[in-house]
This record gives sequence, structure tokens and C-alpha cells, in this order.
Amino acid sequence: MYQAIVFLPLLGCLIAGLISLVGARARFPGADPAAGAENSTHDLGPHTGGGAPSPHGAHAAIAHPTSEPTAHDDHAAHEPAAMGSLPAEVVTTTFLFIAMVLAWIAFVRVGFFHEDARIPLLPFIFAGDLKVDWALRVDTLTAVMLVVVTTVSALVHLYSIGYMAEDPYRPRFFSYLSLFTFAMLMLVTADNLVQLFFGWEGVGLASYLLIGFWYHKPEANAAAIKAFVVNRIGDFGFALGIFAVFWATGAIDLDTIFAQAPALAGKTIHYLGHDLDTLTVICVLLFMGAMGKSAQFLLHTWLPDAMEGPTPVSALIHAATMVTAGVFMVARLSPLFELAPHAQALVTGVGAMTAFFAATVGLVQNDIKRIVAYSTCSQLGYMFVAMGVGAYSVGMFHLFTHAFFKALLFLGSGSVITAMHHEQDIRKMGGLKDRIPFTHAMMFIGTLALTGFPLTAGAFSKDAIIKAAFVSQNPVAPFAFAATVIAAALTAFYSWRLIFKTFWGAPNDREHYQAAHESPKVMLIPLAVLAVGSILAGYVFNDLFTGHGVEEFFGASLKFAPGNHVLERLETVGWQIELLPVVMMLLGLGVAYLFYRRRPDLPVALARWNPALYRFLLNKWYFDELYDAIFVRPTIWLGRLLWRGGDGWLIDGFGPDGVSARVLDVTRNVIRMQTGYLYHYAFAMLIGAAFFITLFTWWGH
Amino acid sequence: MAIGLGHYLTVGAILFTLGIFGIFLNRKNVIIILMSIELILLAVNINLVAFSSFLHDLVGQVFALLVLTVAAAETAIGLAILAVFFRNRGSIAVEDINLMKG
Repeated sequence: MYQAIVFLPLLGCLIAGLISLVGARARFPGADPAAGAENSTHDLGPHTGGGAPSPHGAHAAIAHPTSEPTAHDDHAAHEPAAMGSLPAEVVTTTFLFIAMVLAWIAFVRVGFFHEDARIPLLPFIFAGDLKVDWALRVDTLTAVMLVVVTTVSALVHLYSIGYMAEDPYRPRFFSYLSLFTFAMLMLVTADNLVQLFFGWEGVGLASYLLIGFWYHKPEANAAAIKAFVVNRIGDFGFALGIFAVFWATGAIDLDTIFAQAPALAGKTIHYLGHDLDTLTVICVLLFMGAMGKSAQFLLHTWLPDAMEGPTPVSALIHAATMVTAGVFMVARLSPLFELAPHAQALVTGVGAMTAFFAATVGLVQNDIKRIVAYSTCSQLGYMFVAMGVGAYSVGMFHLFTHAFFKALLFLGSGSVITAMHHEQDIRKMGGLKDRIPFTHAMMFIGTLALTGFPLTAGAFSKDAIIKAAFVSQNPVAPFAFAATVIAAALTAFYSWRLIFKTFWGAPNDREHYQAAHESPKVMLIPLAVLAVGSILAGYVFNDLFTGHGVEEFFGASLKFAPGNHVLERLETVGWQIELLPVVMMLLGLGVAYLFYRRRPDLPVALARWNPALYRFLLNKWYFDELYDAIFVRPTIWLGRLLWRGGDGWLIDGFGPDGVSARVLDVTRNVIRMQTGYLYHYAFAMLIGAAFFITLFTWWGH
Repeated sequence: MAIGLGHYLTVGAILFTLGIFGIFLNRKNVIIILMSIELILLAVNINLVAFSSFLHDLVGQVFALLVLTVAAAETAIGLAILAVFFRNRGSIAVEDINLMKG
């Protein structure tokens, strides 16, 4: 069963990929699509038979990449769909739904009947004493992730059938989506760190491919490369962390590592004249990987740009699943983190900083997807706060509920974007709740859950995190508590701002407003399902994740150190702390209502009153500019230096180019010796004869 | 002053050098090159004969006769080639004979 869950998406990916390849072949018969395709499609278009005769070819879209600068989701609607789009969609979506059903069964079996499993698939590494298998490790932690990943992925597949309906390359899209799902499932079922790394890089690859899905848009390519490069920085630390684990324990499979972890406590690594605590070093390096993948403060810059990809991708990868891989990894390695309090403090601090920072940036953004993206970043910060203070199950709870309401918000945004004909600027929206009431209702529910309205899913998990930060003895916990509380108010503000500016009030753009239309059913059903999850997930699972059921439910998959009483102490906080998140939420809601419903002049006045702060937030704390100045420009400068100076001048100059130039010089002079005059040749011959006779006379003996 | 081996060799060396210079300082006529070659061969002959008398070995003089024969034949062939060349090209000036340039 577990094999089916993991490998059905891979099968779907392969089938859709084959369809995509065959379709590409039919579209460009016998020719490389990249070279001279314009001609070949003109000539061969009418003869392609079933392969969608295409007089304009794919390059009609590529030839005018900037024809519609404001349309972010340029679908190139004039191009016919690739052959086999429908089978590809049906196959991948069906497989995903099967996997989803199986995952829920697995969830019940593992979570409630404790049928944890370890399923060896293939031998992987045999080197000396190191023996590693490909294996699926299924415990409660994995089961939760399986449910989240397959459910959101299945719904996103379904949604994409509607959202991508006008796109000519659907088989490729669905193939990538399924590939991503497979890699993510590989990640969450990993039994050893290398397998985890395999899944980790697999989702990175799928993310790159999907962000750059509309590869004819330069900004999509740039965003894809940025996401990949920034993730490489984190993965560098992650890889070093795995090396360090192997160095310290001699093993990479999780059971052995966890068994040896207590023995590592107090040991040190001597490095560059310092004695560093082994476990702290390991955990900090591993957390670096989590920072990259989960877009934490300092490595967050790729996530907002990743919104260049299609909206379902944003919902699946950049909100619900892939970005939570870091959180999952920390939870998975809780036996290590529990022994490294300094690393835990770092996790808490970075998480709190991210929660606060991303929320402030979200306040002033105008792109509907970017607002939700910063919200994701902020919520990931919450999850890391929970991880850092040792409330792993609470962090997983927020991951679980967040997957529902954030996917809902993203898919809702996608519905809005479709309705607005690919307009993403909320300043041009307004009043849409009359035109697209269902989408509005769903977004409303998602926002309630995100802002932590009582009894919605977000309320349970977010309040639990804030309480956990309050009761924790972690030295950074007070800061984390303050940051998460403030961020709660900011979250409420920007989320309701989004709702008010998009759906309420008077339409700001008549033309778009008139043309707005509700999305097809295939897009609305996933919204409804996610909305149900957003409301119920918190109430139903609260006790399993934050209350007395944790020990029973998670069993051995999460490890709490003997001194870790965060979960017990959650009960002991006073009513003031219980009430605080709700107060903050109402505060944010109230201010948003005042600003965007009652007194629209106030935000403008506020921006005028403090333009520096406004620009600071609008430019995302100038992180892109800062990185550009610190890293990108010096790197380009260094690269140019090495290119021009190192390669061009030194290596080429004294290497191949220099040698060939000298050879040319010599031959140019030698040519002049060939005059054609007989007496010159005779003279040369005599000189030569004299030379050799002299040679043999003096040295010949 | 007795005329010894050294004097003969000096004469031979002078003739040889004249021959060499005749070949590559000559700007005018191919016949002069042929004559210069004859001079070089003569220098060789003088050396042969001088050493032959000095060493009391007749082989050197026999060899000198042989060289004379070959030189005569060579000159005959050279002049014949020259005559044909003149018929074809209309000139035997050294400057004009540079067809061997690539």
C-alpha cells in the first residue's frame, strides 16, 4: 500500500511525460523544436495528422514574450493544446486521488492503530561498514505528511485541469506536478538522510521546472533560477550536516543515528582552533537546509519571486508542501534537536524573525499572490518557532492546518486571477464579491482560518504556537512570543486588507469587473473541499496534536527530551494569553476595516507621513537590493575578472592562443626565407653542409 | 720560400670561397653560377692533388681526374638545361628564375 502511495505519482509522471514527448514529436515532426521550428511548422503543419496542426507553432508565443506586459499568466490561447492533454490529466489526477485515499487509510492505521512500518525497497549503498537501503519509513509523522501531500496534490491536480485549460502544454505540466508529488513523498517517507536528501533535491528540481513552466517569460526563468540558487545555499549546509552526522555516528539511517545521538551529547569538534559542540554544529547545518527550503529569514528571497509560476504550483509547492519540508525535517530529527539547545534557540529566533518580517512586508504588497506568499513565509516562521521551543507536534499541527487554508487561499487567488483575466494587482480589483460569490466565500473562510478566527483550523494551531512560545524556557522564547503575537495582528491586517480590496467596496476597474466570471466547477470543488478542511481540521485534530493525545498519537516518531514539558504547560497559561491571539486578530481586522472600508484616505496619509518606512516595507526590507550589492554584483565582478583576466589573459594568453600566435609569428618569418631564388637555396644548402661537417669534425668522434 | 702544402690549401680555400660568393652574390646570369660550381670543384681538385703529393698517395690524383670528368659532364648537362630554359622563358637572368617560390 505504501509503495502504491509513493510510486503512483511517479507512474503518472512517466505516463504524462511520455504523452508530452509524443505530443512534442507530433508537433515538430523530425525536427528539433528549438532550431528553425518556425519554418518546419509552416511547411509541415498541415501534414501532422493527429498532432494538432499548428500553423503558428509554439514559437508564436515565444516570439512575443512581452506582448502583454501586465498579463502575468499569459496562456498563449491562440495555440492549440498538445495531443493527449486529456488522458494525461485524467491519468495523473486519478492516480493522485487513489494515492490520497490510500494515504488517509494509512493515516488511520498508523495514527490510531500504530501499525508503523519500515518497508525496504532496494539495496542502496554498500561501502565498508555502511549499509543503506532504499526504504519507506512510515510512522505517524510520515502519515501526517502523506495525508497533507497527497490531499493537497490531488486537489491541485483537479484544480489545474480547470486553471490550465487554455495552456497548450498541459501534459508537461501534469507530469511535473506528479514528479513533484513523488519527490515529496520520497522525502517524507525517507528512512535515511541520503534518501531524504534525494527527495529534498527532487522537490527542488520540480519546483524549478514548475516556476519556469512558462519559460518564454524572462521573469519566470529568472525566478526559477533564483529559487534554485538560493536553495543551493541552504542545501550546501544540509549536505554538510549530513556529512557531519556520518562523521559523528558512522551511519546515515535514522534509527542508528537516533540511537547514537545521546552518546554524542557533550562531544566536541575541533575546528580552526575552536571546540564546537558536535550536536549543535550538526543541527545548525541541517537547519540551514531547512532555512533554504522553507524560505526562512535571510534565505527567503526566492519564495515571493516563485509566484511567477502558475498559481496551482504556488498552492501546492510554495504554500502547502515543499516549503514545509524544512519543518518536517526538523520534526523528523527531533531526537537530535532536543539535544542541542543552542540550535533550538537559533531555530526559534529565525522562525520568529521570519514570522514578523514577512508579515510586515505583506502589509504593503499589491500583488494578490505575493501577499499570500509573504503570509506563507510568515506562517512557516510560526512553525519553526514551535519546532524551536520543542513543541514539535504543535508545529506539525500548524503545518497540517496551514496546508489546508493556504492552499485554499492560493487556489482562491487563482480563481480570482482567472476571473480577472490574469490581473493580479489588488488595486485594480474591488467589489468582486458580487461577481464571483463562491470564490469570495471560500477566500473568506481561508482568511478566517489564516487569521485564527476562533474555532477555525488556524486558531487552534496558531494559538498553540503562541502559547508554546510563552511557556517555553528557551532563551529566545520571549522574543518569539512577542514576534508571533505582533505577527498575528499583522497577519489579520494584511489578510483582511486583501479581502476588502479584492472583494468588497466599489470596483476599481470597470472593464475587468464587468468581464469577471466565476471559475468552472472543476476549480471550485477543490476550493470547497479545502474550505471544509480549513474549518474542521483544527477542531477535529486538536487533541491529537496539542493535547493529551500527542504521546499516544505520535508515539516514537517525535522525541521529547525528559526536561521538555512544553506540551503539559500549554494547559497552564492564563486566560490573558489564551485571549491574546484573538484580540490581536480583532485588532488587525478592525484596523483593516477602518483603513479599507471606512477611511480609505488613512493608509495613504500614513504612507505620506512616514514615506521611508513605507518604501522600506514595499521594497521588502531591501533584501534583494542588499543581496544584489553584497553577493550578486561582487560575484559578477569576480566572474568577469576571472573570465577576462584569469581565463582570457592568463590561460588563453599563455596557453593555446599564445602558442598559436607564436607559431604564426615563426612561420611568417620562415615564409620569407622561401624567396624562390636558386642561389639562396644553394647558399642555405652550403651553410647546412658546412654546419654538419663542422659538427662531425669536432664532435663526431 | 718553399711552396708547401699550406700554400696549396690556401689557394684551394680562396678558390672555394670565390665560388661560394660567386653563387650567392651573383645577380646577373645563371652561367656564372655554373662557372662558380666549376670553381668550387677546382678548389676540391687542388686539395686532392695537394694532399696526394703530400701523402705520396696516388689515389687522390685518380680521384681528381674522376672529379674533372664528372664536372665536365655536369657542365654539359647544366648548359643544355640552360639552353632549353632560355628557349622556354626567354631569359637566363637570375632574378627571373624564382618559379620555386611557393
